[in-house]
Amino acid sequence: MVKKDKEKLIDKSIKRQHKLTANGVRVFYDNFEAIRGIDMNIKANKVTAFIGPSGCGKSTFLRLFNRMNDYIEGFRLEGEILIDGENIYKKKVNVEQLRKQVGMVFQKPNPFPKSIYENVAYGLKIQGIKDKKFLMEKVVDSLKQVTLWEEVKNDLNKSALALSGGQQQRLCIARTLAVEPSIILMDEPTSALDPLSTAKIEELIFELKNKYTIIIVTHNMQQAARISDRTAFFYMGDLIEYDSTKKIFTNPEKKQTENYITGRFG
Amino acid sequence: MISLDQHKDALNQSGIEMLELCKKQLSNAREAFFSHDSDLAEEVLHTENRVNALDLKIDRDCERFIALHNPVASDLRFVLALRKINFDLERVGDHAFGISNYIVEIDTPISQDLLDEMKVEEMFDAALSMLDDITGAYISTDTKKARKVFKKDKTLNKININAFSIIAKGVKRDPLLIEQYLLLFSVIKKLERIGDLVTNIAEEIIFFREAEVLKHRKRKGTRKKKDE
Repeated sequence: MVKKDKEKLIDKSIKRQHKLTANGVRVFYDNFEAIRGIDMNIKANKVTAFIGPSGCGKSTFLRLFNRMNDYIEGFRLEGEILIDGENIYKKKVNVEQLRKQVGMVFQKPNPFPKSIYENVAYGLKIQGIKDKKFLMEKVVDSLKQVTLWEEVKNDLNKSALALSGGQQQRLCIARTLAVEPSIILMDEPTSALDPLSTAKIEELIFELKNKYTIIIVTHNMQQAARISDRTAFFYMGDLIEYDSTKKIFTNPEKKQTENYITGRFG
Repeated sequence: MISLDQHKDALNQSGIEMLELCKKQLSNAREAFFSHDSDLAEEVLHTENRVNALDLKIDRDCERFIALHNPVASDLRFVLALRKINFDLERVGDHAFGISNYIVEIDTPISQDLLDEMKVEEMFDAALSMLDDITGAYISTDTKKARKVFKKDKTLNKININAFSIIAKGVKRDPLLIEQYLLLFSVIKKLERIGDLVTNIAEEIIFFREAEVLKHRKRKGTRKKKDE
């Protein structure tokens, strides 16, 4: 991706526009159609929750936004995915640059077997940044954003693996934030955490939406209801319903959505 | 472990039981009132304990349902509606109790002319028919039936408003009848309140079925369509 394009991607002035757009998206793994024609618009600085039973395509759809599916054998995409109006599946797009703009947090905390400091500074270092003062500032700032700073400020050189699961997950979010993305994708970020750590991550997500556009895949209905502005319900590769979270959880339009959120199927 | 659907079914059954019980209380109070049957009135007074016990049971079960199942959407609306319906039904039971209490306390029956003049029987019938409507609406979850009560409540309100001038004239005509008039006025007030409570219940049934809030809305007859 050329420099001009990069600046477009992190343009935060387009708050009211659609940050992410999917147009007629179909995904195939060889002959299996995992996503069956989805159109969706996601606004900037909002939290969008993807819900649906296992295998419904929500994670596949999430991973389209930072091209994480590219490595899967037999993966094929039809339609287009736009970020700030730019098709990210165009040939000239620099995928590494794209992933800097679109950070991702996974189900299981996956810190590198390095120090806390190194974990957060990693993304910046591989970009070639060597200025120690700048790196330290970034590390402190990122750790503060995820409210981990007070807990680790005296242990920055200790191994990240010594942290608790909840702390590790917040560290992974800090690592994502350090490279200044504009979008954060979260794939069940709290499913391996205890309720207290979950609550901290949820509060964090709520704070982060001021600066970032967040998409979260979750199996926890109450979590989706608590933290997201809009909720999308997927089933068998189709987008069944996509509406404000309030509407989805109080009076969904579709019977299928209601059956799923009330725990009657899925 | 009790599943959400089993728990919801049990709650629904308790709701039906409460509706039937309160309807029976009011119809017994009506019969005792017109036949001046103090034994039947006593029975209503005794049965009030059952109404109160069922009220507490439903409250407790609703609390458990919310705590155990974290209901959302129609399940949540159901349990929220049931709590309010239960509360209102308990009040209907209280009014039936109050009316029966008068029958036990007073010695002489009220004259038929007075009853006809004040349209008390019409009020009882309207209130009971409203209770029938909401019972049907609750069981079959037919909101059309629930909407019927809004019109019937107007009949009750009208009789209640007219009662005031009838009593004023009547008392001037024959001051000795003041006690009977006052008693009738109390009964009319109670029946009018029952009408309001049943209207609230109808609103709750509509809220539960259609997610439409009619509370404090002046025109309740119009209906929103929902895509199923």
